[in-house]
Amino acid sequence: MVLLELEEVTKRYGQLVVIDRVSLRVDEGELVGMVGPNGAGKTTLFGVISGDVRPEEGRVLLDGATLNRLGPAARCRMGIGRTYQVPRPFGGMTVFENVLMASQQGARLRGWESRHAAAIVLGRTGLQSLANRPAETLGLLGRKRLEVARALATRPRLLLLDEVAGGLTDLEVAELMGVVRSIRSEGVAIVWIEHVVRALIDTVDRLVCLASGRLVADGAPVAVLSDPAVREVYLGTDVAEDAVVHR
Amino acid sequence: MTTQQRAPTRRITASGTLQVRRAGASGILVGAAGLVVLALLAFMPVIVSEADTTLLVNFFVLLTMAVMWNLLAGYAGMVSIGQQAFVGLGGYGVLVLAMNGFNPVAAIPVAAVVAALIALPVSVLLFRLGGGYFAIATWVVADTAQIVVSSITSLGGGTGHPVPGLSSMSPHTFAETTYWAALAVVTISLGIAYGLLRSPLGLLMAAVRDDEVSARSAGARVMTTRRIVYVVAALGCGAAGAILAVSQLQVQPSSIFSVQWAAEMIFVSMIGGMGTLEGPILGTVLFFVLQQNLAQDGAWYLIIFGAVAVLVSIWTPRGLWGAIRQRSGIELFPVGYRLHEGALHLVTQPQLLDGGSAAGSNGPGSGAGARRRRLRP
Repeated sequence: MVLLELEEVTKRYGQLVVIDRVSLRVDEGELVGMVGPNGAGKTTLFGVISGDVRPEEGRVLLDGATLNRLGPAARCRMGIGRTYQVPRPFGGMTVFENVLMASQQGARLRGWESRHAAAIVLGRTGLQSLANRPAETLGLLGRKRLEVARALATRPRLLLLDEVAGGLTDLEVAELMGVVRSIRSEGVAIVWIEHVVRALIDTVDRLVCLASGRLVADGAPVAVLSDPAVREVYLGTDVAEDAVVHR
Repeated sequence: MTTQQRAPTRRITASGTLQVRRAGASGILVGAAGLVVLALLAFMPVIVSEADTTLLVNFFVLLTMAVMWNLLAGYAGMVSIGQQAFVGLGGYGVLVLAMNGFNPVAAIPVAAVVAALIALPVSVLLFRLGGGYFAIATWVVADTAQIVVSSITSLGGGTGHPVPGLSSMSPHTFAETTYWAALAVVTISLGIAYGLLRSPLGLLMAAVRDDEVSARSAGARVMTTRRIVYVVAALGCGAAGAILAVSQLQVQPSSIFSVQWAAEMIFVSMIGGMGTLEGPILGTVLFFVLQQNLAQDGAWYLIIFGAVAVLVSIWTPRGLWGAIRQRSGIELFPVGYRLHEGALHLVTQPQLLDGGSAAGSNGPGSGAGARRRRLRP
């Protein structure tokens, strides 16, 4: 079953085309990795899906219904949860309050139910011991976890992860991978942008590559990484070999 | 959709009891103390002179405004310097109703509701602007309201109009009635503010203040949230203006729409501590203490107020109550949430995982004091 569908989406900032006629499908429960160099338009594409960014052309569909006219809050309530590459916590609130707010607004739970759900999410993302800390006092790992926790608390059917492993140590990446796998095992579809390609390759069902706003490859991870177009994009870093070496 | 949430109940039991607390063990004590204070205040007109009740009325009026401004700016992040628009509209609401045969005291709640209703379309215009532009626009709205009201000759134009229907009361009854009306307004205002902050809207307001973009992505209806807070603040300021109209026996545009109200509510919230309910109370007390002791020295007291505001904002940017809370952890009006992890063996039913939200709920191993590191600045 197709959950998310992008049809020929184009986003321009003045003359600059940031997303160029991108079409993409994500099935229910699927884990799709998204790679591409800096400035390829990955985060903008997330914005188009979550409603933060309005595309000039094309359609965004969830379950076959057009989302184009809906704002981020409405899309969140329909089941699209997202994280931000640069974490955006509610700094003045505690970690628990951050997640509780998402569970009350995004998942529309109330009272005991919302507190219970928020506590469970904290446990799953390893934030339990930090629950009563003001979010502004968290370090990078804590903030990245909080991004995932808050998105998860909205009870998404589609979760957009924007570089949640960026800037973390190998051990921390491994921990976060465990969290992502457990979310996925519950039937949540995930699109995951990551620069750390080796973090993706073992986990994802499918890999897509974005370059200069265009979708240049879409398929099985190994096939995508050995694709000449993708190799060209990553010329100099030789991403495929790097990934293979680390397997 | 619910699969991911139903199953992990066991997960939680494996990692320990989870309790959510909203108030320390002192909750009941503080509540009782509050009731005693309220009862004492209610008897004040019997005990003290009429001059003192008038002073207290002014205290309640400013406190009401400060509570509302603190909701707007301290919690929801909307810095308005034009709340006097609704003070004035509340005052004129009472005047118009009284001129049409209403009892002026009974008109107070009606006038407040009218001010709130006017705030609704005004918010549609104002919310198109952000930050500093919003602040300036609120002032423009207030000045516009004053100009419009001043041009209505049947309301006395620029010179204002006495409020009819008050002369029939004896001075003593008048003083008592005004006092109790003002006490009711400030009590209800504090109650509404506390209730809002403890409701899901409280978290929502703080989230919108901290990061509007990620709040939206987490499902927050930002505009609706702001609008509710803005309308509630107009309701409170309208009630304060309505009290002013009654207690001063007349309404005059340049004084009831004066920007001085905005300055005072900002001043007391700032020195007391924005983003706490206690702050405006402390700030208003300080304001009146300073004013009573310094007013005879003429304009000097304004200069001293300015100096106090500068010093407080340099030394304790979170206000005096912010500093007190940071050192002592005291919270008279707890609005946050604390997740409490208890012992593993105490979990039997998922229903028991939540200690409840009642004030003073005492969980196992009630280490409330130790756990009360404070949360929201």
